[in-house]
Amino acid sequence: MAGKGAVDGYGGLTPEQMRRYSRHMLLAEIGLSGQKKIARGSALVVGTGALGSPAAYYLAAAGVGRLGLIDGDRVDLSNLGRQILHATPDIGRPKVESAAEKLHRLNPGLEVAAHEGRLDSSNALDLFRRYDVIVDATDNFATRYLINDACVLTGRPFVHGSVLRFDGQASTFIPGSGPCYRCLYPDPPAPGTVPSCQEAGVLGPVPGIIGTIQALEVLKLLTGAGRTLAGRLLLFDGLALRFDEVRLRRDPGCAICGDHPIIKGLIDYDEFCGLAADRGPDA
Amino acid sequence: MNCKVRIPTPLRRLTGNAAELSIEAATVGDLVGAIEARHPGFASKILDEKGQIRRFINIYVNQEDVRFGGGLGTPLKDGDEVSIIPAIAGGAG
Repeated sequence: MAGKGAVDGYGGLTPEQMRRYSRHMLLAEIGLSGQKKIARGSALVVGTGALGSPAAYYLAAAGVGRLGLIDGDRVDLSNLGRQILHATPDIGRPKVESAAEKLHRLNPGLEVAAHEGRLDSSNALDLFRRYDVIVDATDNFATRYLINDACVLTGRPFVHGSVLRFDGQASTFIPGSGPCYRCLYPDPPAPGTVPSCQEAGVLGPVPGIIGTIQALEVLKLLTGAGRTLAGRLLLFDGLALRFDEVRLRRDPGCAICGDHPIIKGLIDYDEFCGLAADRGPDA
Repeated sequence: MNCKVRIPTPLRRLTGNAAELSIEAATVGDLVGAIEARHPGFASKILDEKGQIRRFINIYVNQEDVRFGGGLGTPLKDGDEVSIIPAIAGGAG
């Protein structure tokens, strides 16, 4: 869907857009047709924190016509070491409001929808159907499994990113043509067995790098350029400054995308992750 | 068989902060046992009560997930690179 201000002439882009995206146009893999796909494209960023900040910022800068943001948190001082969409005067504001304001300022031509609240089993399917690509920029296993299942059920591709300490992981999951997150990790760890960033820490540029890779993957999905991370898990070791990758396979026994799926609708993900009514600790 | 094992940062406190270990083992199961002998407490992080690889941890031999191959019985040869990759969740808050 085109953002506000798109007109015919220049192949559907305004003179301002032609100039704004002129460096993209120089790339044979993107060019005018790729930029139009980006302008017509939409992405939902789930989580506007350490991963969602760079991901949403680059997607807005790149001209993704319609961006959705969903997050129920408010900006806290302890976020500002890495969540670059938010600034000191934003402390106490809803993160989606702070994020949407920055994205508008960067690129006023875009449509940015701020959904304040937590993604859950009651809203995920409807919300996902409104976007072309989903960005998994969350901080907890319950929401990650929810995103995976909702993407499999709605046929939406999603770009996964996660970080802890100096490490990051990223991959792209395309339902129907490869593995899903459950094929990679069939079950979540029991609560307390894997530390969160709140417990174990994280260095700001690490989610910056992984979130930026997520934005790159979204732009590749929207334009068809290059080779995505589908079927591969990218591993980043920030201490050694080293990237590795491992191959992912679709699991024929997968509970949701296998040959005989047992999950046919969204479930209670807090229960699945062994959490009571309470959320796990934030990352 | 001498293999190079990459240890992810969440598990490095069990290996004295070593990021990489050089381990002699004939199979992936032997390798976990050999690391346990050197760094007690390691195996219980990788294996469940039934001695199976935990479902939020994957072990890769030369980039291939052993869950889709021979599991703990996967044979190792000299120079194999083994990676242990746990699920991590952080990213937003």
